Amino acid sequence: MADTVAPPRGAPEVDVFETTGTPGRLALNIMHFARTLRGAGLPVGPGHVLRAMEAVRTVGVGRRDDFYWALFSVFVARREHQALFDQAFHIFWKDPKLLDRLMQLLLPAMRSEDGNKHTQAPNRRLAEALAPERLPGMGEDEQEELTEEVELDMAMTWSDKELLQKKDFEQMSAAELEDAKREIARLRLPIVDIPTRRFRADPYGSRVDMRKTLRDSLRGGGATIDLARKERVRRHPPLVILCDISGSMARYSRMLLLFMHAITNDRDRVHSFLFGTRLTNVTRALRSRDVDVALDKIGKLVDDWEGGTRIGHTLQAFNRQWSRRVLGQGAMVLLITDGLDRDAGDGLDEEMERLHKSCRRLIWLNPLLRFDGYEPISKGAQAMIRHVDELRSVHNLSSLKQLAEVLSHEGKRRPESVDAWVRRARKEAA
Amino acid sequence: MPQPLPSSVDATVDLLRHGSYVADRALSTSLYLALKLGRPLFLEGEAGVGKTEIAKVLSETLGRKLVRLQCYEGLDVASAVYEWNYARQMLEIRLAEASGDTDRGSLAKDIFSSEFLIRRPLLQALEPDVNGAPVLLIDELDRTDEPFEAYLLEVLSDFQVSIPELGTIRADQPPIVIITSNRTREIHDALKRRCFYHWVDYPNAAREVEIVRTRMPDVERNLSEQIVAFVQKLRQQDLFKLPGVAETLDWTRALNTLDCMELTPEVINDTLGTLLKYQDDIQRIQGSEAAKLLAEVNMATRPGPR
Repeated sequence: MADTVAPPRGAPEVDVFETTGTPGRLALNIMHFARTLRGAGLPVGPGHVLRAMEAVRTVGVGRRDDFYWALFSVFVARREHQALFDQAFHIFWKDPKLLDRLMQLLLPAMRSEDGNKHTQAPNRRLAEALAPERLPGMGEDEQEELTEEVELDMAMTWSDKELLQKKDFEQMSAAELEDAKREIARLRLPIVDIPTRRFRADPYGSRVDMRKTLRDSLRGGGATIDLARKERVRRHPPLVILCDISGSMARYSRMLLLFMHAITNDRDRVHSFLFGTRLTNVTRALRSRDVDVALDKIGKLVDDWEGGTRIGHTLQAFNRQWSRRVLGQGAMVLLITDGLDRDAGDGLDEEMERLHKSCRRLIWLNPLLRFDGYEPISKGAQAMIRHVDELRSVHNLSSLKQLAEVLSHEGKRRPESVDAWVRRARKEAA
Repeated sequence: MPQPLPSSVDATVDLLRHGSYVADRALSTSLYLALKLGRPLFLEGEAGVGKTEIAKVLSETLGRKLVRLQCYEGLDVASAVYEWNYARQMLEIRLAEASGDTDRGSLAKDIFSSEFLIRRPLLQALEPDVNGAPVLLIDELDRTDEPFEAYLLEVLSDFQVSIPELGTIRADQPPIVIITSNRTREIHDALKRRCFYHWVDYPNAAREVEIVRTRMPDVERNLSEQIVAFVQKLRQQDLFKLPGVAETLDWTRALNTLDCMELTPEVINDTLGTLLKYQDDIQRIQGSEAAKLLAEVNMATRPGPR
């Protein structure tokens, strides 16, 4: 993403200021525009609308780019909202007949108005925000048609390019994103805290803090010595997420990426890797605050979407290249995969054992566990199940919530036999 | 005897060679820049490639004091910078009481004076030295946690430490700082930005032979070449932990102690534990694989009649 917002493109086909001569209409349009932005997920309130009107009055509406920057300075308060605002502005204030534009919005390649083909995936949230909104200069029937258009199954475009090497990420739909965000906002993943070697002052601490004791006592000339105490600081261990993005996991990858994004932005020391036929470290991409930007970056990084899985091969790559670098401080590992391996578990056993022995706790999240008849009988699953501390299902938001409970207590190495343990895990997942 | 800092890259190479450290051009360049521009040198690389050794050699050849800070998780100011000697302070207070001296101000001044201060490595590195600024080795920085890294950032940018009771202690001459990391964690970009970064790699065959010859001149040339060729072959194998230069030197020393004149499969099998430190690596190489590698080495080093 460029750091600067592109200046407004071209002259409008239907200039809003000519057609809506009265300031009243303009005010109404600014209000509609603000509602569009709010629908697209920008934090815009009535106060913003008033300020925007004031800004527009001050700047005047003689020049389009002044108008753009006046609105920009009011509505955009964070860098990640720039792109969204830019798109919304150009769509909203350019062509009141939005139908064609929105039709184009649903296509991955968009023609810019000067006829250049330029592929930019427009923002799905924006499309939805614009759709139900009664727009200036739009008739009833157009409105209806538009709504129908937008109600198309969003998943269609998601799977269109599935088998392409580079995945063009479908943006989250606003409703989905809102739901997921709400749910995931509650997902704090309270990983159990472990004692560190650092101390902080604590009146009920278990150790005497000599430094503080002496300083305090000198205040009274050393006549009395009150013991100051300190206690160990406890802190959550680092978290490493290894997520399978092969074809069999395609239905879950999007939700899981959302989940990984939320966790990465919630705490420090989270490392994320995606694997299919090869391993990709996506930690830095996930640190982008805006989920669309993060997913876009990941889409550019990863080029083995929905192909096969080579779990043994990729775990070996992880163990060789990354395990010493990210598992150094007693990390917990979440391994998210269905265990269906193209190499039929070849070399998986040793690599799983190594992974298990080099982390604090290894938790396998398997979406197949939701099915009653699921038994870990594939060779890959057989090799993996011997070396994990915990097997959980991960197929919907509630299972993610359960995950939080698992992580919030210090687990033990598995005491029971594999069979009994799988039975119990399946019962819990059901 | 303090020596002046080297004035060119070639002089740096010679300086290290003088301390029997065989460095490649890239490393010497980074080191020269770090010395010249007074910035820390950040060395990252696998274990046993000679990162720590550079600091030791530098302090020897330049005649400076070596101050070493060995990092570990939870390292704090008390063990890295300074600590008050509490037991002595308590005694002092008691003595003052016994002698009836109850002047609070002077007592506070007394027991927080520098004779009650225990100096830890970072503070030692800031103190003036007759032989010039010391070499400060911050070893295995990746073992510490982020809070300490942030603190270190502050110390390395100003070369000063504040002690509330004493005031600020500033270095007249900033120390020569060498930071090493084994990459068990990624060091923060902010710290790397202030340093010259160098990735210390395994040496090539020619340089490794030179290292062995420099360190152990009494080992037969054939044997040392054979040893290095075998280790270089091992590094091309798919192992969990490749042998470093330190392992090569250890192995050479071991073979020398065993009065070994040339490598044989039996000798290799018996001494593999000095080269490889993981059981599955040893299992993979032991026996037929070692013999095969050795045959390849012998083919290459001693081409028979064609």
